[in-house]
Amino acid sequence: MNLLSIALRNLRYRKLASFLTALSMALGVALVVLVLTISGVIEKSLEKTSNVGYNLIVGAKGSPLQLVFNTVFFLSQPVENVPYAYYMEYLPADGRQKEYQRIGGELKEPERSGLYSFLMQGGFAIPLCMGDYVDEFRCVATTPDYFGLLKHGDLNDQDYRFSQGRNFVDYSEDYGFFEAVVGSQVADRLGLKPGSQIFASHGAESGQAHGQGFVVVGILEPTGSPNDRGAFVNIEGFYLLEGHVAPERDEESGLEKRGTAQGPQRQGVLSKVRLPVEKREVTAILLKPNGFAAMSMEKQINKTKFAQAVSPIGQIEGLLGVFVRPLRWAFLGLTSLVVIVSAISILVSIYNSMNDRKKDIAVMRALGASRDHITAIILLESLLIALAGGLVGWLVGHALGPLSNAWTMPTTGVKIDWFAVQSRWELWIVPGLVFLGTMAGAIPAMAAYRTPVARNL
Amino acid sequence: MSQSQDCALLSICDLKKFYDQPGGGKLTILDVPEFQIARGEQVVLRGESGSGKTTLLHVISGIVPADSGSIRLEGVELMQFSEAKRDRIRAAKMGYVFQTFNLLPAFTALENVRLGMSFARGELDIERAKDLLNRVGLHDRMHYLPGQLSVGQQQRVAVARALVNRPILLLADEPTANVDPANQERMIELIAKQCQEESVALLLVTHSDAVASRFSRVEQLSEINRALRTASV
Repeated sequence: MNLLSIALRNLRYRKLASFLTALSMALGVALVVLVLTISGVIEKSLEKTSNVGYNLIVGAKGSPLQLVFNTVFFLSQPVENVPYAYYMEYLPADGRQKEYQRIGGELKEPERSGLYSFLMQGGFAIPLCMGDYVDEFRCVATTPDYFGLLKHGDLNDQDYRFSQGRNFVDYSEDYGFFEAVVGSQVADRLGLKPGSQIFASHGAESGQAHGQGFVVVGILEPTGSPNDRGAFVNIEGFYLLEGHVAPERDEESGLEKRGTAQGPQRQGVLSKVRLPVEKREVTAILLKPNGFAAMSMEKQINKTKFAQAVSPIGQIEGLLGVFVRPLRWAFLGLTSLVVIVSAISILVSIYNSMNDRKKDIAVMRALGASRDHITAIILLESLLIALAGGLVGWLVGHALGPLSNAWTMPTTGVKIDWFAVQSRWELWIVPGLVFLGTMAGAIPAMAAYRTPVARNL
Repeated sequence: MSQSQDCALLSICDLKKFYDQPGGGKLTILDVPEFQIARGEQVVLRGESGSGKTTLLHVISGIVPADSGSIRLEGVELMQFSEAKRDRIRAAKMGYVFQTFNLLPAFTALENVRLGMSFARGELDIERAKDLLNRVGLHDRMHYLPGQLSVGQQQRVAVARALVNRPILLLADEPTANVDPANQERMIELIAKQCQEESVALLLVTHSDAVASRFSRVEQLSEINRALRTASV
């Protein structure tokens, strides 16, 4: 018999105590793995989603984090809106003219270049209108560019693809301005297929549903991003819904002028009448400026009175640094304490057994076992409990992660795979267990080492 | 060094062992001027309780270090070695049968025998362990735990365990003290027979005249150990 099998046999002989101490270690390690997994998922989700393919989000003055949360994660409430004309300041002269000709209405100096257009060469600006819901999901009104110009994936290099149907278009002969694309989770949850109709409810999940619906023309393949739980509608149709007309505001006070929030009389679904530019607002503009212009553009925009520009990556890094990572360390500290308490219980369990085992140790010594043999056997027992408990805890921790996908995926967009290591700190679990097991076994092993043989035979 | 000492398997010369007394001073437990055992010889040391029988076996086996003197096994001085080296010699060259058998309760009969092999630097020959258990009549009890064996069966396992490493010297400490007279006779017969078959020298200590009477060489500890005649130093 080698020392390992002797240690195993000793553990089996004290199976209840061995099982209970291993169980406490398993619980401790499972908690550590869960904390690492959850914090890893949160971090990965935030980092992955912040890598959005655009550099800046522009919106009305307010909380920058709220703007990011609302625009990127479809969480929190939208901040105020900015005029559509302001969005057009990011377009070059020809772009502004085309947009003006397409939409119509009143626009000052439509022939000039947008104020920020010189920083946008080769980039893009995509307008978003938010605030409505489709069932429990966010309704995002945008242009077809959202799926044409943006990409997704960990490296942000994958085109959006449709499991069914196609992207919506600016105007279709079948459905006019009222086409929509839905994320995979929205389609699953609401049982939507191309041809289904969705109705946005105004302002809140429980708000009044608009009378005009959008026809689903495409269902996105799962992306593991918040877009899986978004309902994307054509911004042109969105503007034509009741209550979506920007009111005129007093230039001094910014207050709404009464009775001005009215759009053109609608002529039916296939009408080509659009909401004029002066009646339009956008909640956010996704900007990808030219090269390194993002930083100077952000500063310039933030100097203005009514708009702010935020970098999603910067905001999310800030959130991670201020909130998520310290919280993870706090939880890790607590769960590590559980593991340390488990290690102490191993120590107590083995140490308490030493009194009963003095004779066994003396017999083994008399049979030729050296003090080192005895020390090694006791240390092995401690290590085996720590590692066996740790392994079970690791498995349980990793099993609970994927089992929680049903709850975490819809919120985070991150799928937890079986045995996927979410944090590099997890790699420290095995060396940590070996260290703790050795430490826990050291005191009993020392006692065993010193056991007087002759007195105990 | 005499020629007889050279030829002896075990040779003890001027061996002394003291214990510290609670009130100070030292109590002499062993004071053995000379004692020898030849290869394959079977010797009984007879002595009363407290006469230092067990201590002598502990000192010979290296479990307890002597304070002075010489213990030679196959001509090699054991006193010069470190404790770890004495442990290795004990594992490889000596077998030990205890008064209370001392089988480890967590291990089956076969595992207890194999345990004897674990600490010697030799091959872990499971067939040898099984063969010995067969020879002591326990072929059908190999996988029983000590608690499932009778006292006599436990003692037979202890004998098999002591012989498993093919020792050259078997030390037996009152091996029949806890068995009934019928088993006592069978046990002595078993130990003597196995030692003879394996050509192992036997040093058996006992207080029993009946046990001692079965061997041709019987030494009285009171004659060998001068400490029994003096009180303290």
